[in-house]
This record gives sequence, structure tokens and C-alpha cells, in this order.
Amino acid sequence: MRIKLTVNGLIYERDCIEHKTLLRFLREDLGLMGTKEGCGMGECGACTVIMNGRAVNSCMVLAVEADGASIRTIEGEAEGPSLSDIQRAFERNHAVQCGFCTAGMVMSVKELLAEHPKPSADQVKEAIEGNFCRCTGYTQIVEAVLDLTGSPEKKGELEHV
Amino acid sequence: MFDDMSPDDLEYVGKKAGRPDMLEKLTGEATFVSDMSLPGMLHVQLKKSPYARARIKGVDVSKAAAMPGVRAVVTGDELDYHIGLYIVDKYILAKGEVRHYGEAVAAVAAETIEQARAAVEAIEVDYEPLAPVLHHMDALKPDAPLVHPDLGTYSYIEAVFTPKPGTNIANHTKLRKGDVEKGFAESTYVVEREYSCPSVQHVPMETHVAIVQWGRGDKVSIWTSAQSPFTVRNLFCHAFGLPHINVRVQIPYVGGGFGGKAGIGVEPLCAVLSRKAGGKPVKFQASREEEFSLLPCRSALTYRIKTGVSAEGKILAQHMTMYWDSGAYADYAVNVTRASGYSASGPYEIPNAWIDAYTIYTNKPYGTAYRGFGHVEFHWAVERHMELVATAIGMDPLAFRLKNALRPGSVTLTGEKIVEHTGDVVKCIEEAARRVGYGQLTEAEKAREKQTGWKIGKGVAALQKAPAMPSYTATAVVLKMNEDGSVLVNLALTDYGQGTYASIRQIVAERLGFPIEKIKVAFENDTDRDPYDWQTVASKGLLLSGNAAILAAEDLLKNAYAVAAEVLHANPRDLAHDGTRVFVRHRADQGVSFASMAVGFALPNGSGVGGPLIGVGRYIAQGLSNLNKETGEGNPALDWTFGAHGMVVEVNEETGEYRVLKIASIYDVGRAINPDIVRGQAIGGMMQGLGTAICEGYIYDQQGRLLNPSFTDNKIPTAKDLPLEVECAVVETPQVDGPYGARGVGEHSMISVAAALGNAIQKATGAEITHMPMRFEDVWRAIRDKEPIDNWITKSPIGSCRSVPEARPRS
Repeated sequence: MRIKLTVNGLIYERDCIEHKTLLRFLREDLGLMGTKEGCGMGECGACTVIMNGRAVNSCMVLAVEADGASIRTIEGEAEGPSLSDIQRAFERNHAVQCGFCTAGMVMSVKELLAEHPKPSADQVKEAIEGNFCRCTGYTQIVEAVLDLTGSPEKKGELEHV
Repeated sequence: MFDDMSPDDLEYVGKKAGRPDMLEKLTGEATFVSDMSLPGMLHVQLKKSPYARARIKGVDVSKAAAMPGVRAVVTGDELDYHIGLYIVDKYILAKGEVRHYGEAVAAVAAETIEQARAAVEAIEVDYEPLAPVLHHMDALKPDAPLVHPDLGTYSYIEAVFTPKPGTNIANHTKLRKGDVEKGFAESTYVVEREYSCPSVQHVPMETHVAIVQWGRGDKVSIWTSAQSPFTVRNLFCHAFGLPHINVRVQIPYVGGGFGGKAGIGVEPLCAVLSRKAGGKPVKFQASREEEFSLLPCRSALTYRIKTGVSAEGKILAQHMTMYWDSGAYADYAVNVTRASGYSASGPYEIPNAWIDAYTIYTNKPYGTAYRGFGHVEFHWAVERHMELVATAIGMDPLAFRLKNALRPGSVTLTGEKIVEHTGDVVKCIEEAARRVGYGQLTEAEKAREKQTGWKIGKGVAALQKAPAMPSYTATAVVLKMNEDGSVLVNLALTDYGQGTYASIRQIVAERLGFPIEKIKVAFENDTDRDPYDWQTVASKGLLLSGNAAILAAEDLLKNAYAVAAEVLHANPRDLAHDGTRVFVRHRADQGVSFASMAVGFALPNGSGVGGPLIGVGRYIAQGLSNLNKETGEGNPALDWTFGAHGMVVEVNEETGEYRVLKIASIYDVGRAINPDIVRGQAIGGMMQGLGTAICEGYIYDQQGRLLNPSFTDNKIPTAKDLPLEVECAVVETPQVDGPYGARGVGEHSMISVAAALGNAIQKATGAEITHMPMRFEDVWRAIRDKEPIDNWITKSPIGSCRSVPEARPRS
């Protein structure tokens, strides 16, 4: 089937077999490898992208379902040569370790902030609940978002006894 | 080299500094092996065993081999290579017999993954199912089937391990200290209990993946998501009998490891397929299900501890028996047994100790290294035991811990004397207790109890770990100066998220006295280009590679000074430098820039001086020794990192539900080179430990089929599982031979979290839980002294939790 969709502001038109997931389409057909596969079953959130304004697990969406859709991926997140506000907040707060969940995590945060520009810590946790991270223990990710939005909630530091 | 410098004298060490890999990872530009493809690359799918144990009577691949796009099919029969780290006991594909559910029996490489999948479907395997041995305690029975009848013929590292041919025991580690019988005879109380935990999965977000190209002339290129490039190369060359010069291993960004990628994994399989397909590159990426059942997990443990205590609460004797479930292959599990054996009591002084630690083969997916290397599992037992012994003898558990904790002058199980600079576990325990307000509830907590009806309890658990590694473990770091005076750092210690490279970068900048922006640590590792490192494991990376980095920086400066002395006609002793130039101390205007010397200095007349500036640092562990195989005596520990967690939990006694209100984690890290990275390791490990404490674990049916190889049925913690309050603090007792006093802390954060939770739940409810994880239903049952739910291996329960009335104090 012929599909046409917008990814990070660019229009792509491709032939696509019906059973190909949006995740594989982005990676294999468009070469956008920033979006990762962690489980392929809609459980881990590593493949999260924004589709028509909503964060979706791209392994659970068929590419043909995205025909006509507007997609944002991690490759479209930086603003020109410089990082986006979300990316800079992640950088500042050490919210990245191995980096494999990062793309999906940033996409979920992006959706959250579009709806709730000043989220509470609980809202941040709720928003990224579907994104597994095995490295960070989530705290520095939550802090990155709260730091970005100027939340008064106290940021933790390593203390010296 | 390791002078105890005051923080005021340091520019980068101990200060905030960013991670060098952030930009690539935040933009999606970091390339993982998962993201790589090569021209003409083939894709692999596997035929896997539905049985835990079966004889392979025949494998018919004729249909599969003839299918479209199929370029190679291999079965175990045609492969005669044994692989193994410590005991060489594993074939690339099952041969003659399958030994665990999900073991690979045949493999297909095809042009597309769909073609490979279709071909695998067409492979027919004729099995004769055999009765499996599933529970490791059953595997010790005299009539148990042997998982490896040929154990006696396998090669293994004889100086360190002791397999028992004719049994399922892959290794028996012994340790004998003092006179245990005498110690028990002098004891006022003797308490004996048994603790256990199931196998769990590491869950790196990137599953195991490799691309291998077996080129002409047996030259092999490997790209792999692994922790240790040189170990992959070494084991690969041993397995195939290839010269090391023929094999090149490259590791780009790695999506998590946690020990599961420490050794060799799927590389040999890809290699034999590539060879059979005429040298085309071959890629295999494990599915998440395969990550659970094909690739290794963490060993299950049953741990019996018998403790004799004086009337004053001093431990006089301890008898410890560990039964480690290795699964079908020994892999790292035999060394987990060894490392756990010599550390078995936790951070406590035991004057008379008797330890037997067994690694036991069973027909289950095999166990390997996992963050903490056995210490998470046995500290669960030791730190629950300390709590239960204290309770049984009527002593406060915190006071009991402090009375028996290691202090300067204490002697460890292997005979090592603790000194002032070893680290301070007492301070860690006291600080953890203080931060959770141990021993009483605050007014706010009392009000909360009244309001919710849930009981609040507070627990403390301590921990220790030293790197488990060969006594002569070594590494090297090479610094290369670029034309503009910036410096590239090459090392084969990998950074798959821990942040060690950020710390190495700080150390190099500090020692060189260069702006940190001028230092780059090269991320992709390559055995053809990087200097040797043994493995990225054991929390030894920062200490060994950090020291090598200091030595490399000093070597680079020495080499630069030699050139500068010649150029400036000065004695090297009279030279000094800043971030851009070397100058004469007493005539600072006379200097020469690093940039001008970086690749060879040109005199005004054009003739050259020096050459490319390179610094080399080599470091090897010093003063360690193999342990005596009969007594366990020796010096195994590069450094001991001590720590403790304090936990506050609230429990609903009606339902067994609980919530972690606060955790405070304290470690004696010697010096925190990068505080944010230490905190990231502390919280990340704590959450991983909490996951295994609250929900994770392999569940098998009676035939040994893994019932929960997915995130649907084998949960890991999400952001919503975070304790309401998380505190991390460090004690800094400098490690005399550590870089700027630092010691490792990567694994330690995961250790004893479960025990702290169990102790807090006990304080809240009285429930004496001895099996982890502690699911809500387990807590509910434990509160009611119920029998455990029989669902870890359905036929032979290893139990969940219950009170054991017979284990009461003897007077």
C-alpha cells in the first residue's frame, strides 16, 4: 500500500507492506534509528513517538495506520544545531545513562508538557510510567522535567556525611 | 599519585561535570548495534527447545534450507566448539541433548527476518523428552539426573574452581576460619534459618545483539552489544582456535548490561552462520522473550545460616551453606559462588566461620553475572538473618549490627585485616538509621498511621562488596594529543551507561591541568585500536582505569616536557605548564604551546623535535592472591565498598499491600569523583534492587517451561514505583590506592535493598519473610503464618514466606 505521512515536518511517500509496524517503517524505510525497540509488545515504551499530538508505542501502530498522520520522533526534537529545552534539561540533570530508553522518554515528556506545562512530580511519574528505564531509577528524569518547568519541588543532591 | 588532596585543590574531581555522551544519546544519533546494518547482511532466527530436558534424536533442516532467501542453516551436530568462561561446558547450539527450555537447537540466516522466521518454522526436531531436574535442591539428591554427565571431561580453571564429576555440582567453594564447634559450644543462643530468592532477569533495554562477518583468511569482524571487548575476543579465539590477530571486536553504544553482557554471548552463533553463508555479515538480535529464556539470568539461591551468639550479642560462630542454582551452564555462576563464599557474612566480623558454597546445575536457563555478583542475593539472606537473630535474642537489630560490624582491627573471613582506610561501615549504618529516624515514629508518622490505618515500619540493612576478579586483573589507558592540543582518551573499559567515562574525563583533565572541554573519551571500543582491559565488571573500572588514566596523564606530560626542554633549552625540572603551554618557571614568557608539540615540533629552520605526543598508563591490581581451596584464606579484595540502606515502609495488614515511604542509601565511596553520577548509580541500583524485592522473578511450570518471559508477566519497576522520598549520601574515607581516593560503587546500590524492605515490613507487622520477592500476597500470607504459595516451580516450592517457629532461641 502507498502511504504518505509527515515526519518531523518532512513529507515522506513510500510503498509499505500492510503488516509493517510504524516502528519498523521509521527505522528501516526512513532510516530514523533514534526510536528504539525494547520489547516489540507495547510494554516498555522505548519506541514512543508522537503521532498527531499523542504519544504512542510505535511498535503497536501499523505504518499504514499512520497514513496521513503527522509524526514527531527524537530526530526532530533538537532545534537546529542546539538541543531543545527538554533535551537540555535531561542533560543538566543527568537523566540519561545507557540512552536506549531516552528517545521514548523524551517523547512522553513532550506530550506531557504540551498538556500540562507545570506538572507535579506525580504527573511526571504518571506520564512516564509506560517508559521503562533500567538504568536511572527515574529520579533524575523526573527532576529534569521539574527543573525545566521551574517547579518549586526540591531537587535531590548527593550529600556528604 | 593517590595523594589525599583537599577538595579546594581540585578543579574537576569531586565537582559537577557533564557526561560526554549526552548529545549523541539525547538526539538519537548514538548508534547501537541494534541500529547497525551492513551491505548484504543476513538476519537470524532460532529454533528453540520447548522442553527443559530432552534427547535430540534428529533435526531435519532440509525443507528450511531450500526456502527462499535462506543462506545458511546450522544445527548443533555440525558444531564441535565448546564455550565457557571458567568451566568450558556449553555448545553454541544444543548437541545431543537440550538442557533448558528455550535453548537454541538450530539457526537460520536469511536475507530477511521474515524468511528466516518461515524457515525456522519448517525445521523439524525429533525430541525424546527426559525428566528434568528443576530445583537446585533436588539436583543434589543421589538419584537426580545429571545435567552434565561429562563434567569430568570439561576443562576449567583449576587454581580457583572445584567441580564434582558424577554430580550436578559445578563448583564447591570452601572457607574455614577458626573453630566453629567451639564457637557454637560457647554461644548462649543458636539461631538457624533458611532464605531464598528466585532467578531474575537483568533486563537491559537493548537485548543482546551482534553482527559478525567471517571473512576470507578466517579474519573475523564482530560488532556486539557487550561489556568486555577483549573477553569476547579471547573466548571467541579459544572456542574457534583462531589467532587473536584474526579477530576484531567493536562495541559501539550499548543499551545497558548489568552483568548480562559481561562475557561472550551470541557472537559465536552469528560467526558460524556467517562462515557457512560464505562470509556475509550476519546479525542476530534477541527478542525480549529470548532475553529471558535463551540468554542468561541471575542464579536462584537457597542460603542456610546457623549463628551462635554470646549473651552480650556478639556473634561467636556462623555456619553458612549456599546453594546456587546455576541452571544448565556454569558461565559466571561458578565465580558468583566463589565471590559470595568469601564475602558470605556481609560486613560483620565472624571469629569462627564454616562456609560451603555450591554451584548446582539444573535444567533451567543459566545464571551469570548480575550487578552485585551474588551479593544482592546473599545479603538478602544475611541481612534478614541479622534481623531475625536480633529479634530472637531480644536485642535491637541496629544495636546487634553495630556490635558485630567490621571495624579497624577486624579480620575478614579470608583473613584480611580491616584498617582505617578500608572504609567505614559503622558510619554508613548509623547515618542510614539516622536519616530514617530508626527506632521510633515521628508525630507526623503516627498521625499518618492513624489516618490511613496502615502500619509504618523502619528497617536498616548494611552491605559490602569487593570486585570479584582475577588477582592480577589489569588495564591500560592511552592518551593521544591532537594537533590543537586537545587530548583523546582510549580505553577498553566500556561505558554502557554507568558514567565511568565522565569520571575518567574529569580525572584526566585534573591530572593534566587542562580545561575539561579539551578532553574527549572515545566511546566506540575496538580491540584493534584500544589498549587491553580485562572486563567491564565488578565495580573495578573506576579504580583500575582511573589509576591508569592518572599514569597516562603523567606520562603524556613527561613526554611533552622532554620536547619542551629541548626546544626551550631548559632543564625539565624547571618547567611548568598550564592548559595550553609548557613554560620555564623562572621566565614564564619563555614557553612552547602543547599544540605546537602535539604531532612533532618544528624548529624555526624547519627541522623536527619530538613526535606525536602520547601518554600510556598501565595498572594492575596489587597484592591480591588466590584463595586456599581448603580454607579460603587469601587476599581477594582490591577494595571493599561498604554501605547501608535505611527504609521506611507502610503496610496494610488487611491486604498485605505496602508502599515505600523513604529510602536513605549511604556508601563509603572513598571520594565521589562526579557526585551526580554517583547519585545516578545509587538510585538506579536501588530501584533495580527494589524491583527484585517487590515483584521480579522467573516462574516455571512442572515441566520446566518458563511461564513469564515477558514484561506482561515479569514486571520491572516503573516511575510510579519510586519511594516517596529518596536520599543518597556518601561517606568519604579515601582509598589509599584509589584514583583521588575513589573506590567503586556501581553494583553496591542494588545490594541489601530487599533486606531493608523485609526488615521494615517485619518492624511494621512482625511478618518474618525469608523468600524474595515480597509480593503483596506474600506479605499477607507471612502476616498470617500461612504456607507459601507454591508457584515458583510449581512442583517443588521454594516457598515465599512464613514464620518458622522451630527457629527460636536455645538457651
